[in-house]
Amino acid sequence: MSSSPSRRIVAPLLALLLGAATAAPAGAQGASPGHYGLGTTPTPAQIAGWSIAVPPSGANLPPGHGSVSQGSELFGTVCAVCHGAFGEGAADYPKLAGGVGSLATVAPAETVGSYWPYATTLFDFINRAMPFYAPHSLTPDQVYAVTAFLLNLNGIVPDGFVADAKTVPAVKMPNRDGFIWKDPRPLTHDTECMTNCTDPARLRITSNAADVHLTPRTTGPLDDMKSKSP
Amino acid sequence: MASGIRTALPPVPSSARGKSAAEPGRRSLLRGLAASGLVLAPTLVHAADADPPAPPADPIWSRTLGPGVDDRPYGRPSHYEKGVIRRYVPWLTQSTQSDVSFTPLQDQPGIITANGLFYERYHSGRPAVDPARHRLLIHGLVERPLLLTMDQLQRFPSVARIHFLECAANGGPDWPAAQLNSLQFTHGMIGCAEWVGVPLATLFGEVGIKKEAKWVLVEGADGAHMDRSLPIEKCLDDCLVVWGQNGEALRPEQGFPLRLIVPGWQGNVSVKWLRRIEIGAAPWYTREETGKYTELLPDGKALGFTWVNEAKSVLTFPCPEKPLAGGPGFYELRGLAWSGRGRIRHVDVSCDGGVTYARTNLQGPVLSKALTRFTLPWRWDGKPTLLQSRATDETGYVQPGIAELRKVMGTGSVYLNNSIQTWQVTASGSVNNVQLS
Repeated sequence: MSSSPSRRIVAPLLALLLGAATAAPAGAQGASPGHYGLGTTPTPAQIAGWSIAVPPSGANLPPGHGSVSQGSELFGTVCAVCHGAFGEGAADYPKLAGGVGSLATVAPAETVGSYWPYATTLFDFINRAMPFYAPHSLTPDQVYAVTAFLLNLNGIVPDGFVADAKTVPAVKMPNRDGFIWKDPRPLTHDTECMTNCTDPARLRITSNAADVHLTPRTTGPLDDMKSKSP
Repeated sequence: MASGIRTALPPVPSSARGKSAAEPGRRSLLRGLAASGLVLAPTLVHAADADPPAPPADPIWSRTLGPGVDDRPYGRPSHYEKGVIRRYVPWLTQSTQSDVSFTPLQDQPGIITANGLFYERYHSGRPAVDPARHRLLIHGLVERPLLLTMDQLQRFPSVARIHFLECAANGGPDWPAAQLNSLQFTHGMIGCAEWVGVPLATLFGEVGIKKEAKWVLVEGADGAHMDRSLPIEKCLDDCLVVWGQNGEALRPEQGFPLRLIVPGWQGNVSVKWLRRIEIGAAPWYTREETGKYTELLPDGKALGFTWVNEAKSVLTFPCPEKPLAGGPGFYELRGLAWSGRGRIRHVDVSCDGGVTYARTNLQGPVLSKALTRFTLPWRWDGKPTLLQSRATDETGYVQPGIAELRKVMGTGSVYLNNSIQTWQVTASGSVNNVQLS
């Protein structure tokens, strides 16, 4: 076998390979729109049907409106079973009201009123995901009404408030400026210490999960923790 | 040969076919054969069940004919592995439809998580999506909005990549203190798989992204229409729209027929049952990036848009579920490490509560944003000790202790706990989840 193949063969081969290599990405990301010609162009009605996301600007909010009192009635029949009559949260379902002033305490309550930065998110989420057991079963008017009720329950809007595409984005939530939208990580800057990394005399166990009985069984069938075997 | 066997045996009664509980195929077959008067006395079967023999005896499975290829058209683990399952913590949430189940890492031998054991996180239960009726809509700030069927999507140039997915809340219950005495429950909101699909960048090329495009909304077809805003740079960098997972279609639990994979970022942004991608100029501030998946700091401010799973590792042997059952002597310490920022560079293990560390062997392949296996030979002297592992990734970032993280995050956080895990080994060889000062 020859150890140095002829240049006359290699050069055109290389050119071919390089050509192929540059053509492939051009076929992918560098291509002009429609390069592959796959799929169809959705109609405006198709896009509108699925495009439900509502940003803080309120763009995309549907026509309609709902009042606090209408929302109060709906909440009692549709939402209170999980969230409690006053949004206090039944069992472990989310608490929706209260908690203002608690965020910097040892027992913070992160509710719509105390935590959520945008009222539009409230409309968006009720519209996209609630009620939990029957999502997308409310009309826009009903979603506006429940939005109005929850804002009122949290003392953010007056009793006469009517939620619509103009009023909801205009609401300033109490915790609007409570977020830092840039990750400061890395939070720590350790080195790869290999010896004398900590003082063995000061080593102390501060907590042991064996002392608290919160762990479901990890053998046998699923453990619902309702009838723990001794 | 095969045909010889076939003709030598009587036909197996149809009642013996396709049974499932407790390795019944074999027993039914045995019964069938015994009933036909061909071979075994039933007493032999009972003896084998009661007393698994050591050499020189020959166990029952070496003296019998097993079920055939028609017995399990879709395979499943051995009957003896029936306890290796995803598990959940009933007190974490009120409803199993908005809940998480945990991968049994204590029983995962390598870097790939079995599809049936891959952790689940639902926001509105597991939808039963018909792939023939599923659509992916891409629209917004694009030259050419696009509606794709699964067949159309699968014609685009595709790639296969191995990546982990870790829930933002993995280790969350341990922020205030060591609470769950189990590897499965402290670290099991993670899985790693080979994903097959189309780079999001390819689809963005096809629709033509407008200049003012900065953010991307990804949304699921589940009842919650789970949605997140992602910066467009990440989407163009390494995000994938996938339909394949570990040699088969995605499981319904993992988004069948289509999901997003956002490598190295907290699991919930890898939206499952993906049906819509909207390109915009600003984030949407959805519920899952404001009310949830944000990190409350001790001063009452909160961090939002924190996505990266930073370097983390854990010893998967020993662990509370897998104690040092054999007494003092040789053991191989084994574990998994991963980083959302790239490859794992080192994993060091301490057998003295973090006073000294020893470098472990990384086992290839060491892939970017994938689980990486590490091992260290070890001889246990039978004394109580404290075991830890500490990962360093290719950026030089070193996995911190919980005390250090708490200096910044306090104890009220829920998310992104990537602290060093300490396992307490007792004199009996049992293992507990503990935290150190």
